[in-house]
Amino acid sequence: MIEIRWHGRGGQGSFTVARLLGASAALYEDKYALSFPSFGPERRGAPVLGFTKIHEKKINDRSEVKTCDYVVLLDETLINENVVKGLKENGTIIINSKNPGRYDILKGFNVVAIDATSIALDILKRPITNTAMLGALIAVSDVVKLESAVKGIESEMKKSIVNKNIEVLKKAYETVKGVK
Amino acid sequence: MSNNKCFVSGDEAVALGARLARPNVISAYPITPQTIVVERLSEFVEDGSLEAEFMHVESEHSAMSAAMGVSSVGARAFTATSSQGLLHMSEGLHYASGARFPIVMMNANRALAVPWSIYGDQSDSMSQLNSGWIQVYVEDAQEALDMTIQAYKIAEDENVLTPFMVNLDGFILTHTYELLNVPNQEKVDEFLPKYETENKMDLENPKSLCFSSTPLDNLEFKYQQHMAMINSKEVIEKVDKDYGDKFGRYYGGLIEEYKCDDASVLLVTVGSVTGTARVVVDNMRSEGIKVGLVKLRYMRPFPEEKIIELSKNVDKIGVIDKNISHGYEGTVFTHINSALSKMNNSPKTINFIGGMGGRDISKEDIKDIFKSLLKTTNEDKEKTVQFIGMGCEIDE
Repeated sequence: MIEIRWHGRGGQGSFTVARLLGASAALYEDKYALSFPSFGPERRGAPVLGFTKIHEKKINDRSEVKTCDYVVLLDETLINENVVKGLKENGTIIINSKNPGRYDILKGFNVVAIDATSIALDILKRPITNTAMLGALIAVSDVVKLESAVKGIESEMKKSIVNKNIEVLKKAYETVKGVK
Repeated sequence: MSNNKCFVSGDEAVALGARLARPNVISAYPITPQTIVVERLSEFVEDGSLEAEFMHVESEHSAMSAAMGVSSVGARAFTATSSQGLLHMSEGLHYASGARFPIVMMNANRALAVPWSIYGDQSDSMSQLNSGWIQVYVEDAQEALDMTIQAYKIAEDENVLTPFMVNLDGFILTHTYELLNVPNQEKVDEFLPKYETENKMDLENPKSLCFSSTPLDNLEFKYQQHMAMINSKEVIEKVDKDYGDKFGRYYGGLIEEYKCDDASVLLVTVGSVTGTARVVVDNMRSEGIKVGLVKLRYMRPFPEEKIIELSKNVDKIGVIDKNISHGYEGTVFTHINSALSKMNNSPKTINFIGGMGGRDISKEDIKDIFKSLLKTTNEDKEKTVQFIGMGCEIDE
C-alpha cells in the first residue's frame, strides 16, 4: 500500500488533488484507492490535510493514517515538525519551494523541490498549485502513470479548467524529470 | 466516471443510490456530515436526472412530517439526516413506523451534544432503536449505495411496511472517496418496481390513516407492528440474495461472519470499524491465532438467532460500542447479552467502548481487544465494560 499525505491551506485544492490521484488510480489503473480530507470543519486559509491510499487490493483499514510514503507540501509556509511526522524510511517530501535548503527540519530526508507557484501563475494565472504538485509526485514516484493522471483530471475537474490543469501537470512532471 | 464506475464519497454514493430508487419526493434539511447527500439530490432534481420534487423544509421535524405526507398517498419518500437532526425528528420517527409508512432515510452517524461535536459515533441512531425503524449499518460506500436501494425493497414489502434507516459513520464513510460501481437504472427498475400499496389516502377507497386508538385496541396495533419487524428478518435475507443474484454483491443479510469457523474468540462490530477489524483478524490469523469477526449489520430487527448460533462453540465475545448508555454499558453489548441469555453455557462477554466523538479506533486498539479477550478467563473479575483509547488515567 502506498500512502500519500497532502499539506495545504483551505482553498488551495489539497483535498481535490488527493481525490484526483485516487480517481486516477481507481478508475484508470484497476487499483483501489481511498481519498479523504482531515475530518472536520473547512476554512479558507487554514491548514488542511488530504490523504490518498493506493493499493492492489480493496482497502479495508479505516483507521487514521499515521505513516506515509510521500508528503506533498503545496505551501511552504506550512513547514513545521508535523510535516515530517510519520514519514516512512526512504519516504520522500515534495515541496513547493524555490529554496528548500533553508529549512533545517527537512535535513536528512529525501526532498524534491519544485517552484510550483511560478508554473501555476504562468499557466493558470492563479497560485493554485495542486495539479503541479501532482505532476511532481508522479515524476518522482510510480504511484500512477502520467496518462492516468491526465484521464483523472479530465473526468474529475470542471470542463473549463481541464486543459490548463493538464498543461500544469505535464509542465511540473517534465520540470522534475529534467532535474533528476 | 468511466463505464459504470466512479470515485465518490459515501454521501455521494447514497445520493446516487437514492436517485436509482426513483423517490417521488425528497424532503431534507442539511446537517454535517450528511450535507452532500442533500446537495447532490437537489442538483439531480435541478439538472433533470431525477424526476422528483425537492422540498426545502425548515427543520428535520418538517422533513419527516413531509415524508409521511408523501408516503400517505402511496408515493416514495426519501430523506437524510444526522445527529441532532435525527433527534429533532424523533417524534416523527415513531409516527412514521406506527403509520406503517415505508420511508427510507440515510443517517450520518454523528456524536450528540454536549459537548457539541460534528464528528462520528453511533449515539444518535442507537438512541432511536425503539422508534420502530429498521436500522442497517454499512461498512463502505458501495454497501451504502446498495442498501439505499435494498431499503425500499425491504421497507415496502407488504409483510413489512416499516420505515428504514441506512446508517453511515460520519466522515469515515460520508467524506471518504472510493471506487463505486453504479448499477444500471434498468436493472434497478426491474429489481425495485414502482411502489404499490393499499395503505394510502385514496378518493376511490377512503380509509382512516394515522388514526387514534383506545385501550381496547392499541396493543393489537403495536403487536402487528412488532410482528412486521420480525417478518422483516426473512425479507432481509431474501432481498440480500435477490440483490446479489442480480447485481453480484451479497452482504450476508442480517450479519456477516468473517473467519468465525474454528474461532474461540469473536469480536462484534457495527459499521466502518469492521473494515479495520478485518485487517487485524487477517494479521492475527497469519500468526496462527484463531479469532473471528461478526459484522452486525442490523440492529433492528435484531438477529438474535444468528448470534446464538454463532456463539455455540465460542469461549469469549468482545463487543465494540461507539455509544454508551451512561451508567450501564454500550447498547450493542446489551443486545448481545440479551440474546446470549437464551442459551445454555453462554460465552463470557466484554464490552469495549471507543470511537466516540470521532476518536480513532486503531489496529493496535483492536489487537489489544483480542489479546485482552484471549487472556481473560471466566473466573476473572475483569471489568465487563472497558474504555479503549482513553487519553487519561481512569480511577474506577
